[in-house]
Amino acid sequence: MFDDLRDLYQEVILDHGRKPRNFRRLENATHHARGDNPLCGDRMELFLAMEEDGKIADAAFQGRGCAISMASASLMTETVRGKTPAQARALGNAFRGLAMTGTCPDCGAELADDMERLSPLSGVHEFPSRVKCATLAWHTLNNALDDNQEDARSE
Amino acid sequence: MDGVLRPGFDVTRIRQDFPILSAPTPRGKPLVFLDSGASAQKPRQVIAAMTRCMETAYANVHRGAYNLSEVATESFEAARGAVAKFLNVADSREIVFTRNSTEAINMVAHGHGRGVMRAGQAVVVSEMEHHANLVPWQMLRDAGRGIELRVCRVTDAGELDLAHLEDLLADGRVGLVAVTQMSNVLGTVVPAERVVALAHAKGALVLFDGSQAAVHRRQDLTALGCDFYVFTGHKLYGPTGIGVLWGRLALLEAMPPLYGGGDMISEVTLERSLWAPVPAKHEAGTPAIIEAVGLHAAIDYVNAIGFDAIEAHERELTEHAMAKLSAVEGLSILGAAQDRGGVFAFSLDNAHAHDLSTLLDRAGIAVRAGRHCAEPLHTRFGLDGTCRASFGIYTTIEEVDFLADALGHARKFFA
Repeated sequence: MFDDLRDLYQEVILDHGRKPRNFRRLENATHHARGDNPLCGDRMELFLAMEEDGKIADAAFQGRGCAISMASASLMTETVRGKTPAQARALGNAFRGLAMTGTCPDCGAELADDMERLSPLSGVHEFPSRVKCATLAWHTLNNALDDNQEDARSE
Repeated sequence: MDGVLRPGFDVTRIRQDFPILSAPTPRGKPLVFLDSGASAQKPRQVIAAMTRCMETAYANVHRGAYNLSEVATESFEAARGAVAKFLNVADSREIVFTRNSTEAINMVAHGHGRGVMRAGQAVVVSEMEHHANLVPWQMLRDAGRGIELRVCRVTDAGELDLAHLEDLLADGRVGLVAVTQMSNVLGTVVPAERVVALAHAKGALVLFDGSQAAVHRRQDLTALGCDFYVFTGHKLYGPTGIGVLWGRLALLEAMPPLYGGGDMISEVTLERSLWAPVPAKHEAGTPAIIEAVGLHAAIDYVNAIGFDAIEAHERELTEHAMAKLSAVEGLSILGAAQDRGGVFAFSLDNAHAHDLSTLLDRAGIAVRAGRHCAEPLHTRFGLDGTCRASFGIYTTIEEVDFLADALGHARKFFA
């Protein structure tokens, strides 16, 4: 009945939604932020541990929400490790473009591998009301990097 | 499908009155509209009445001494009369047109709450209120006028805890009990007569939020004996932008107006103004004239079908839905009230409400996902959100079956 929705709910999304990776508190976190979409009820808490060289050594999250928001946060924690804050933000900008349009024409070679990993989420661009679910984690990431303790929102 | 549920109620014919139910859809699937509790679809009789008003009988009301304005005023006041009859109240001066239920409740919270209630008094709401009947009372509590806000519990079955209501009323300080007459999430129909008896026994007035109930059950406010009642046009197959506040004449007269402006005054000087008599006092500015005509047509429409038939149809749908949805593996329905109407909030054990509503949408089924403007109620039941199916006069048994079937497929999809 719902076979045509496999573009949105690819196996990777369902898998990460059911079993989010890095789903824990980081006791040695140096950065921390919360994300909350009150209208739809998605909420998460993101933890980052920065190395002395300024790169993200570890990223983890906890939260509740739909499969899209949980999978997006899960994939994000996997892709931002080893990145500088500037690289992580650039990836987030590229991802938001992907979520809204389904493509990323300006994504250069340096983003190609990571965008490939995030591409299972590109299907949300056909569901305008669900784009915010995919982008909440990345808004929360920006707040964590900015040490902004206000709840991040994407709705 | 013959669509005939019983003599006099032909759901197939009723569906033909609603153009949107046969309008083209993005993926060519028939629209299964199960979000009437948020806002109902409109029959062509309502659409035609509003068009006719604009094309042949429109001018501002209560002003011009010319024929067209008189005609428009007559239709506007006829709508007021129709609402009075719909609620079975004798005096149409007690009918105040508002934008919606929310505005009507705010007018009472402001006018009666700030203008009439005294410090030391309390307002009682319940845990199952729509935010529209909670936030205005929180604002009143926080206005520094010494008015307390008390919250009546809801039982695990989703019914109003009447024993707790009695406790809350016991000290005699409650000035107003403001509760929903039918929950927009649980479908629970509140025992309104009992609430009135308990409240009046302790000297408290009663306001019912009839936003859901007025659509599904015949209302007789004279028999019910409450003091304020609100409902909204757009859930009753009428247009948006028009709602109703009913209040006892003396209460409406004692309430200071929320808005000042034209149409609500009897005399204005640069220094001061005198208020017009009720209801004009509470209807500042040009009212929703076309929408009032639309609401009148909507009332005529449901009256023509008749509440006996509407209630019987809904009872059948509700019983059927309860049986069908209870049989879906992994599905839990929120609330199990003895007296309930056609509103079902539910969750699947392996799917979030938003994922579920995206799937159902793909099958052509429109349900609402989230907290349905009742966040405290979801907190009370420990839920982040639910999906909600709500029925209207055009809802069919086959649509309920289709929903149950789709939910079964959705559970497999997320397995």
